[in-house]
Amino acid sequence: MTAYLAGRLVSLVASLLVASIVIFLVLEVLPGDPAQFILGMNAQPDTLAALRTQLGLDSPPLTRYLDWVLGMLRGDFGISYTYRVPVAELVGQRIGVSVPLAIYALALTVLLAFPAGILAAVKRNTPTDVAVMGVTQIGVAIPNFWFAMILVLIFAVTLRWFSAGGFPGWDEGFWMGMRALTLPAIALALPQASILARVMRSSLLDTLGEDYIRSARAKGLTERQALWRHALRNALIPVLTIIGLQFAFLLAGGIIIENVFFLPGLGRLIFQGITQRDLIVVKSVVMLLVCAVIVVNFLVEVSYVIVDPRLRRR
Amino acid sequence: MSQADILAPTEEKGLWRSALRSPSFVVGALLTVVIILAALVSFVWTPYDFAAQNIPNKLKAPSGANWFGTDQYGRDVFSMILVGARTSIAVALIAVGVGVGIGVPLGLTAAATRGSLLDEVIMRGNDLVFAFPALLIAILITAVFGPGAVNAIIAIGIFNIPVFARLSRGAALSLWQREFIMAAQVAGKGRLRVSVEHILPNIANTLIVQITIQFALGILAEAALAYVGLGAQPPTPSWGKMLADSQTMISLAPHLALAPGLAIVATVLGLNLMGDGLRDVLDPRLRRSRQ
Repeated sequence: MTAYLAGRLVSLVASLLVASIVIFLVLEVLPGDPAQFILGMNAQPDTLAALRTQLGLDSPPLTRYLDWVLGMLRGDFGISYTYRVPVAELVGQRIGVSVPLAIYALALTVLLAFPAGILAAVKRNTPTDVAVMGVTQIGVAIPNFWFAMILVLIFAVTLRWFSAGGFPGWDEGFWMGMRALTLPAIALALPQASILARVMRSSLLDTLGEDYIRSARAKGLTERQALWRHALRNALIPVLTIIGLQFAFLLAGGIIIENVFFLPGLGRLIFQGITQRDLIVVKSVVMLLVCAVIVVNFLVEVSYVIVDPRLRRR
Repeated sequence: MSQADILAPTEEKGLWRSALRSPSFVVGALLTVVIILAALVSFVWTPYDFAAQNIPNKLKAPSGANWFGTDQYGRDVFSMILVGARTSIAVALIAVGVGVGIGVPLGLTAAATRGSLLDEVIMRGNDLVFAFPALLIAILITAVFGPGAVNAIIAIGIFNIPVFARLSRGAALSLWQREFIMAAQVAGKGRLRVSVEHILPNIANTLIVQITIQFALGILAEAALAYVGLGAQPPTPSWGKMLADSQTMISLAPHLALAPGLAIVATVLGLNLMGDGLRDVLDPRLRRSRQ
């Protein structure tokens, strides 16, 4: 187990290193002159020179890369070119929207997917099963940003139950914040819940076919008891893996939904950074999100292996 | 693995018959054919010129003259949907082509040199690309290199590579243990020839199923990129861009948001259903879990 963990840790660090190199190359080396990229074609020569110095462009790329990575390890993400404040400060403000949104969406995903998946598996090959699977098939096919627009049209524009966008801040109270995040969370949750319900169904069908379920039935448990005591618990292992991966996805996947609802989260920060050509913000925030996704994936994989030791050899 | 895999190619007729008995295949294939026909028809005919503005006729609700209504410049939405089908299909299809063209050779190479350094490098590289949040990186790529259909293809295509590399390696590895592959090697065929002549035809079914699924994901990804303004650029219509344009007018003209969204859903649904149906027919190993 220790050897396995050590191996996974080495590849985690390697992934993070390669990720940082790729992001650095894409954002700092490929566009040619980053200062020119940020300021555009009509920049004054002296402004350009000043920005080059601020960005440290006079030093070779390797030095700049090391400065960036070592700085991030210390919590120094650089100073935003457009906002003129430390990027770490911007991230601090916006993480309070993105992370709660991801958790909210994940909770809705589980609440929708578990009953749907279990129902479809228990009533397999009945009209109920076909209906649930049909709905999930459509749920997978709906782009979440379009679903978001439809939700706005129905619940914000027509019924006026929710506002069409924006975020009042948590200072306005917990419920006001949750209310602003509700439509975005539903929009994010629908496709994910559809995927999860399908996984739940097929995983449960697999375990329901196992010998130990037959034994449980033979020793006198009803079908319902066998389901709740034995099948469900074993079926949860692959389901939990998918949930972990979905959380990683939702963290980075809120990026478009945040734009639909004008939520001041990390995704919107990246977009604003891109449109304002603020490479310093984009570079560090993208790295932060990629890092979060890779670490969550790593934790999921490790916990999966702890639960099921057969998987240690791949 | 069963005898069915070897026998499959000689049972073409039986395959078609069982495909046509699968409701999801029939519905999915019909939807897909309709969308592809719409894209093809748009090359020779659209009810109106998709780019022709007619301001006095703007924001009209669907009617006999304009089946899906008109947008804020008075352009015919139905014509734009038809032409937009081209963009979506072209971008997603070429992106899948990139994934198959690079991923399958990588996966076959990894399987043929199992356990070697090359295998390890290929698979580690795959894991890494897999770990990246795809949409985020696609947004980054198109943001730096400029928005446009070609960059959208590259951005989506990159994330198709590890999917096909993993799939073909896994399928090929189990084939390498089989007698007929050993026989081919004994007959003097090198690893490259065995991979191309014997492994590839035998994993084709698995690949076809995955191609339809990645095609569907590509349609969704293209729509997302176009929606945030990083896909095909105006005047080329695309469903994602049409949705973005409709957003500010959603209370005035909800039909503008409905048509492109339904087009995306129909396309993705069709491809997914077809993929499910094909999997049941072509890939009996996976049938178990679907019962």
